[in-house]
Amino acid sequence: MSHSFEDCSKLFALLSEYLDDELPANECSELERHLADCPPCVAFLESLKKSIELCPDCGSPAGPAPISEAVRSKLRQAWRKALEARP
Amino acid sequence: MDGAPEAFEEFVAHFGAKVFQYSWSMCGHRDDAEEVAQDTLLKVFENLNQLREPERVRPWVFRIAKNACLMKRRKSVFAPRHELSLEELMPVRNGEGEHRHIDIADWSALPEDSVLRSELGAEIARAISGLPEIYRPVILLRDVEELSTEETAEILEISTDLVKTRLHRARLAIRQNLDAYLRLTAKER
Repeated sequence: MSHSFEDCSKLFALLSEYLDDELPANECSELERHLADCPPCVAFLESLKKSIELCPDCGSPAGPAPISEAVRSKLRQAWRKALEARP
Repeated sequence: MDGAPEAFEEFVAHFGAKVFQYSWSMCGHRDDAEEVAQDTLLKVFENLNQLREPERVRPWVFRIAKNACLMKRRKSVFAPRHELSLEELMPVRNGEGEHRHIDIADWSALPEDSVLRSELGAEIARAISGLPEIYRPVILLRDVEELSTEETAEILEISTDLVKTRLHRARLAIRQNLDAYLRLTAKER
């Protein structure tokens, strides 16, 4: 292992773009070369990836209270009006 | 969008819950979040004729929700702008050369059990609510709602570069929070 933690720090800012396939090709190659030889960065990247994958599961502890009939009727009226106004 | 009564019910149930979740994380108050969700739905229906591309209904709804949140924001939520630095989000590093390692939880042992997974979900929700205000909408739109970088930039009226910068810091902060949570629960087991 030839590089130091300083190399890791330089590439640390690029990890999200790498996971999102939004990293320019040259930086992507540089990062992949580094990852091939840096188990700590691989472990970190893997933890970041798993953390991102869990995000869509983060529900509110409880959903919203049911909408009152008064509000629902106002909404329904606005919905009907919008549909009637469609060309 | 079709005119069938069930289409109305589906739209209200789906977007009502989504906007409520977004608004609760943004406003920090359940009552405000419920009001924002209802105000947003009303505004969406009242302005439906302005939606030129129906396939882009999600970013359009969230843009309205974002503005409704800003209107609702209570004074107490106004906090000094705090920016997260990459340095504070890096893992603790030890050793030299081949002995280099980072302090990190065992992420390979994420719970499969649905109860424990929902505990992790609740932990993420808490972590998102604890983020400084400028990072919260970015991670909610990109990683919770899974909108694109471009759609998020459009909703928040910021550049795509700023979305990427804020998203990365927000993700790192959530990861750090979960890492601490996983270590704690591993110790308790």
